[in-house]
Amino acid sequence: MSISREAHIKETLEMVMDPEIPTISIVDLGIVTKISSEKEHTAYVQLTPTFSGCPALKIMEDLVQQALISAGYTEVKVETSFETQWNSNMISEKGREGLLKHGLAPPPKHDGYIELDVLSDIACPLCNSRNTTMQTPFGPTLCRSMHYCKNCSNAFEAFKPIY
Amino acid sequence: MEFNDNHVLGLKDLLYRMADDLLILGHRNSEWTGLGPILEEDIAFSSMAQDKLGQSLAMYEILHELGESDPDTVAFTRNAPQFHSCQLVELPIGEYDFSLVRHFFFDHQSALRIDMLTDTVVEPLQMAARKFRGEIKYHTMHADSWLKQLALGSEEAKIRMQQAINETFPYALGMFEPSKYENELIEAGIFAGEAVLQNTWLRVITEKLNAFGYTLPDINDVTPVNGGRNGIHTEFLQPLLDEMTEVFSIDPGADW
Repeated sequence: MSISREAHIKETLEMVMDPEIPTISIVDLGIVTKISSEKEHTAYVQLTPTFSGCPALKIMEDLVQQALISAGYTEVKVETSFETQWNSNMISEKGREGLLKHGLAPPPKHDGYIELDVLSDIACPLCNSRNTTMQTPFGPTLCRSMHYCKNCSNAFEAFKPIY
Repeated sequence: MEFNDNHVLGLKDLLYRMADDLLILGHRNSEWTGLGPILEEDIAFSSMAQDKLGQSLAMYEILHELGESDPDTVAFTRNAPQFHSCQLVELPIGEYDFSLVRHFFFDHQSALRIDMLTDTVVEPLQMAARKFRGEIKYHTMHADSWLKQLALGSEEAKIRMQQAINETFPYALGMFEPSKYENELIEAGIFAGEAVLQNTWLRVITEKLNAFGYTLPDINDVTPVNGGRNGIHTEFLQPLLDEMTEVFSIDPGADW
């Protein structure tokens, strides 16, 4: 185990962006659940999916692999696991800002339980008004819901809260 | 505790039930893609289909770790009699009333089964169950909101939904067809059993249906449509499998 190598791996992964949301890194998204390096030039990374059926996960595994090889690691192992289960509270503050930059409302924080009404007045990512309404809890990808802002008359998407 | 052969067979049967149900209903849900009555519903059924396929893959992966073939082989090369899915999931999508009622019956079952498995002794299954829990919540919320809204709708909507409930209920009971290994699953702490699950499910859905203004047929007047868990299926499953595997069968070794 090497703290400095692990920190370096993490730094490298902070440059790997979500393929569907280029303004958030996979570290800020909270899907990197384990990093280790037993000896020089080796890296082990564990990822966990936001949703079990997320088709971007394979792509992210490849991106991690490529990024680490480019950063000088010769033995890279990337694994996907449910050992640590992702939930939307795992998105970092920086990650929430990244979602907003992409026009996506960040998910409301939850305390381990979700009812539909938490989606009823999501703040609009364009004008910040809470005078919004949810159109459907399902969207163009598994992790998004669709909303309408009654203040600025725009449709927008939100990253769904999930526990 | 050490698992004996029957514990492992019971666990595999449980995983196949779940994986096959999710695969087949996922496929059926995807048949609404492009055809949903409104755009939002089109997206909802397509999203739920994707969740179900993701969850079924995770179950097939656990089966693979237990020595079964790899997920693609298992999903795409078996014939109907080798599937452990209940008959409910293979029925054609029919009209929207039926698809919604099946969705309501199935997903409440799925949510409760997953809840029970969040403390199973089988570690990979426990971790997957803890993951699925939050995803399924969106499915049950969707089903509940449509059953509720349609009960408040026109007389025709109410009549058709009630009729779909009456006709689908016997098939839904087939979800709980006991396994040969119920006792082994219970004694090993793998799963508390189909009977416990069915009772919880009945309590939950009865409460909801009554609150929405529907009635559930008396369970004593209904014969459950069993058989699916033992490979006995309707004439609808094999054509579904043929269609689902059509591309795979052309070139099973193809690199995607």
